[in-house]
Amino acid sequence: MLNVNGHQYELKASVGTTLAEALRDELRLTGTKVACAEGHCGACTVLVDGVPTLSCITLAHTVEGAKVTTIEGLREHPMVDAFVRSDALQCGFCTPGQIVSAVALVESTPSPSDEQIRHAMAGNICRCGAYPRIEEAIRTWQG
Amino acid sequence: MARLIRTEKEVEGRYEEVWIVVEEDALDQWPAGPLKIVGRDALRVDGYERARGEAVYTADLELPGMLHTAVLRSPHAHARVRSIDLSKALAAPGVHAAIGPRDIPQLVDECGYQGVAVAAVCADSYGHARAALALIDFDWEVREPLLDPDEAVARKSTIADARVRERGDADKGLAEADVVVEGEFRTQVVLHNSMETHQAVVQWVGDGIDVYISTQYIWGIRDEVAEGLGLPGDKVRVVCNYMGGGFGSKNGADDYTFIAAELAKRTGRPVKCALTRREENVAVGNRNATIQRLKVGAKSDGTLTALVGEYVNAVGWSGWNAPTDGPLHTLYACANVRSTLHGAKINTPPMKAFRAPGFVEGTFGLESLIDELAAKLDLDPLELRRINHADHDASDDRPFSSKNLLECYRRAEPHWERRHEVRTRSTETVKRGVGMASQIWYGGGGPPSYAWVRVGSDGRATVVTAMQDIGTGTKTAMAMIAAEELGIPLDHVTVSLGDSSRGPYAAISAGSSTTPSMGPAVRAAAADARRQIEEIAEQRGTPDAPLAEVVAMLEDAQILGKGARGPNPTGMQVLTFGVQVAEVAVDIETGEIWVERIAAVHDVGRVINPLGARSQIEGGIIQGIGHTLSEERLHDPRSGTILTTTLDAYRLPTIADVPEIHSELVDEPDTHLTNLGSKGLGEPPIVPTAAAIANAIRDATGADVRQLPISRAEMLRALKEARERSGAKATV
Repeated sequence: MLNVNGHQYELKASVGTTLAEALRDELRLTGTKVACAEGHCGACTVLVDGVPTLSCITLAHTVEGAKVTTIEGLREHPMVDAFVRSDALQCGFCTPGQIVSAVALVESTPSPSDEQIRHAMAGNICRCGAYPRIEEAIRTWQG
Repeated sequence: MARLIRTEKEVEGRYEEVWIVVEEDALDQWPAGPLKIVGRDALRVDGYERARGEAVYTADLELPGMLHTAVLRSPHAHARVRSIDLSKALAAPGVHAAIGPRDIPQLVDECGYQGVAVAAVCADSYGHARAALALIDFDWEVREPLLDPDEAVARKSTIADARVRERGDADKGLAEADVVVEGEFRTQVVLHNSMETHQAVVQWVGDGIDVYISTQYIWGIRDEVAEGLGLPGDKVRVVCNYMGGGFGSKNGADDYTFIAAELAKRTGRPVKCALTRREENVAVGNRNATIQRLKVGAKSDGTLTALVGEYVNAVGWSGWNAPTDGPLHTLYACANVRSTLHGAKINTPPMKAFRAPGFVEGTFGLESLIDELAAKLDLDPLELRRINHADHDASDDRPFSSKNLLECYRRAEPHWERRHEVRTRSTETVKRGVGMASQIWYGGGGPPSYAWVRVGSDGRATVVTAMQDIGTGTKTAMAMIAAEELGIPLDHVTVSLGDSSRGPYAAISAGSSTTPSMGPAVRAAAADARRQIEEIAEQRGTPDAPLAEVVAMLEDAQILGKGARGPNPTGMQVLTFGVQVAEVAVDIETGEIWVERIAAVHDVGRVINPLGARSQIEGGIIQGIGHTLSEERLHDPRSGTILTTTLDAYRLPTIADVPEIHSELVDEPDTHLTNLGSKGLGEPPIVPTAAAIANAIRDATGADVRQLPISRAEMLRALKEARERSGAKATV
């Protein structure tokens, strides 16, 4: 059983299926993006028991029993507003992963320093270069 | 009224003479400065759907019965497929079809670069397709690759004839110079690496075809697929509602679209062909490497007397000869300019346009050498640039439609002044300095481009056009323009784009052309709708009634306005301008470089959305920093094998690499250009970044870097050379 955003799913996927594949192909939760499929870019980031996790290099069956949170489970999180307000996205393909990483950061550190933001977000690549806006969004997410 | 004209069409510095039907641009420009909506910050109209993960990209599409494709690509830089046997692959579990060389023109057996497509398999999952690829039997004849661009030119292996351009007499100019500086500059291969890889989903429907594709040019894909498959254009529907970045690499249909089309035809199923990141790093184009051998001559007062450039573009197996020589001819007033531009054809993956192709590379060389000249003449680099400011386009003796570069320089002054203070923050081992570089590039857009605007009785409007928003915020800009013209709130405008079957022809999103091409058409369409509503108001006897009141009586009737992009000003050169000032710190022991601050001032005519514009500037600068300091596609110099095919090997900038960025726009409408006076901003910000950083490094350390990326090795080499130079001076 896979617990995703509070719902229980009976996983049909074979043993070698990654969490990203299970989410996207089986559950059709396509908000989680895959951009490199080898753990280098952060686009596929989801939370596993609150910890930001690269779903493209995590086997789905290894997180059975854990609580998986994807962007679909964070749509009402104020971080989404903060990203839009700060223009922290351009093409938007990396954005769900950025927001998931940002949420993980502020859940543990509600008012992170610039240094903490840069450290926590350095694994999420944005080729459009929205980084200054992402930093602003995380600095100002509480309104 | 429609008018047939013969005009010059420019995309990314490539000109062609074309016949175009244009509509007269009857509207007067809006006054300069912020209006009710245009010129004021607006949030992205599609921000929430993208941020919430609701937007369906091509990568997210799953059509009923859809099959997945794996592509066999040449592992060799230069090879021939002697024989190939697909039968085992065809018999593999889950496989529905397999195709090989010459089944379609995009699959070949003569391989000129690593990554060229040879065969493809489609199966019910990507895993099955990839497993089947391993079962293909083939026999390669591996050949010696040609990899050295200079050698290629010498052996006449070129993409096009050498382009020689000269004005005045460059030799005479050099002879008259009091000072001549020269240098050889090299720039590297840079990969676009859009976050969404190149991909398409293709489905045959009746006698037509639906193509869902991550593209910068919906209408261009329609035409290319129609021609490639021998279909009438209206039988090809191209859809791209959201796309995950392109930067110049997604202008064409490429192999994957035709592979998917063929496999979809053979299987009667929708077929997806999506590249992996590793394929993305070899098979979809790149910014080509360059070699630039430059000479600059000047009088002792700084007046340029000669600019001479010998350029080699290491184009790769295919592509085009980007205008690396462009800045040399257009940036400065200089009577004597000569350049030769070679395009070397070598066994490396193909060149594709990448954000201001040619000008990014050419500006690095030229603007670095201009600063060396300033150092040699002991002139202020900003003053030297002012002295040689070009008040018209000397390369073909045309006036500029508008140019506010001097205003950019003026606004850059406070940032330039910081150099005194920045230098004082140097330590024994970490040296700090400030450098600048100018920007010149195209970005005027042009006709044809069309839009429709539909207004309903609820007072809401829909802009309909077959354009695409590749992430730059053009969808938002179009909504703002329509809302401004109609006098309705921004949230009363919806933009319907992304589908060739829904809207009229729209321009390519390349060459910084979407806003300057599409914006005037959208405004014209909105104005057409507004005029019709005003006529109805007059017939009703309430000529001054607000729009909402007039349309409210229409019930289900709709007002349909149509608009077209008018012609560019005859006999004028439309360009964009700017300047960037970089502050760096260099550790002279380790060669490590930190960019600490960049100030950018650009002139792109009227600004539609200042918020989106700032994002474009920041994004361009950050890509520029990657280009300058870390990004480099490496290949083995003997075999031509690409060594950097993953995102840990190919080093993109991260949030930790970003300096403080100050951005500013002159925001002065180009009075000669369309009903908007707007130029494009996608490309200009990346143009001067490398040179500004290199010049800041010289200011900090006295070292002349000559090569991108400025690796630690290059930095240490330049520092050593500078030490030897000053040592030699000291002993004289």
